[in-house]
Amino acid sequence: MRIKFPGTARCAAWLFALAAPLALGQGSTVDEIAKYRAALQDGNPAELWEARGEDLWKQPRGPKNVSLEKCDLGQGAGVVKGAYAQLPKYFADADRVMDLETRLVWCMVQLQGYADADARKNPFGSPDRKSDMEALVAYVTGEARGAKINVALDHPKEQEAYRLGEKMFYFRGGPHDFACVTCHGDDSKRIRLQDLPNLTKAEGAQLAYSTWPAYRVSQGELRSFQWRLNDCFRQQRFPELVFASDASIALTMFLARNANGAAFNAPAIKR
Amino acid sequence: MADPMKIRATLAGDSTEVKVLMSHEMETGQRKDAQGKTVPAWHIQTVTATYNGKTVLSAQWGPAVAKNPFLAFKFKGGAKGEKVQITWVDNRGDKRTDEGTIG
Repeated sequence: MRIKFPGTARCAAWLFALAAPLALGQGSTVDEIAKYRAALQDGNPAELWEARGEDLWKQPRGPKNVSLEKCDLGQGAGVVKGAYAQLPKYFADADRVMDLETRLVWCMVQLQGYADADARKNPFGSPDRKSDMEALVAYVTGEARGAKINVALDHPKEQEAYRLGEKMFYFRGGPHDFACVTCHGDDSKRIRLQDLPNLTKAEGAQLAYSTWPAYRVSQGELRSFQWRLNDCFRQQRFPELVFASDASIALTMFLARNANGAAFNAPAIKR
Repeated sequence: MADPMKIRATLAGDSTEVKVLMSHEMETGQRKDAQGKTVPAWHIQTVTATYNGKTVLSAQWGPAVAKNPFLAFKFKGGAKGEKVQITWVDNRGDKRTDEGTIG
């Protein structure tokens, strides 16, 4: 790369090549990854997804040509600020517990007139097929940055979802005889060089849940918490977790509730 | 049409710090797709920043710059409320200009 500075203007320029390889050293790897994350914090491309999501939220779309601005995410129609920190929760109008994605699908169907299948398609993006759902999730979660995670277990259906999620977390199965807890039940476990959070402890659950969604540098994509769960299922060789299904809501409920009290800090940036 | 850039510009003392996030694939031209065919190069080639009609930075970029690039630079001068324009042009001739307000 060549940079020229015209005239007499004194300039300094830095360019962070986001794909720069990691300096790996056994033992100090964790510190090095932390440094790498800190260096990237400033220019998190997740902001591009947030901006696109905000645009999608405000744009009249769908067969009814209306925006999502009247969508009730649990804090009243149109309230986005901080709403994600209290999801999943029970919604009386749908008579079920919903996480953010399920609620967005609901609003797209009820308000914008999309067919249910259309609202659910393409939940996770790839370079040649951007996902509107992921952008919307980026926007809504970004609006909850700094909010305290506060997931309630007041309604019987919320308690039921939590219990089901807990059961799933400890359920061993698949060709590897794995459960979520196999990898996420002890401190200082890792896959290759990645530290795995201990999700049975409050600190582990808080650290993990409050930092998704995240821009994954290695993939060049923003990834939602739903995507994280799906990929865990893939790694366990479990059947595919159906997007916005009761099972996926229940597992989200279990992990979100365990993260209660943490300050939400996403969309983040991860390796 | 490419997605808009995110531009933040802040005055610090007698200079302005500008931080720009651009949305671009930055395909190197070195990768092959599932069929073994080369994915054609597609990346930003020039970036220019102007303030008050004067170019304060111009850069030539190649395939080594990462996807969704982040650029930070400082230039001397600038005033609160004034605008900085950033333009990129890629090797397909596609271009995008956005402006940010100095805060």
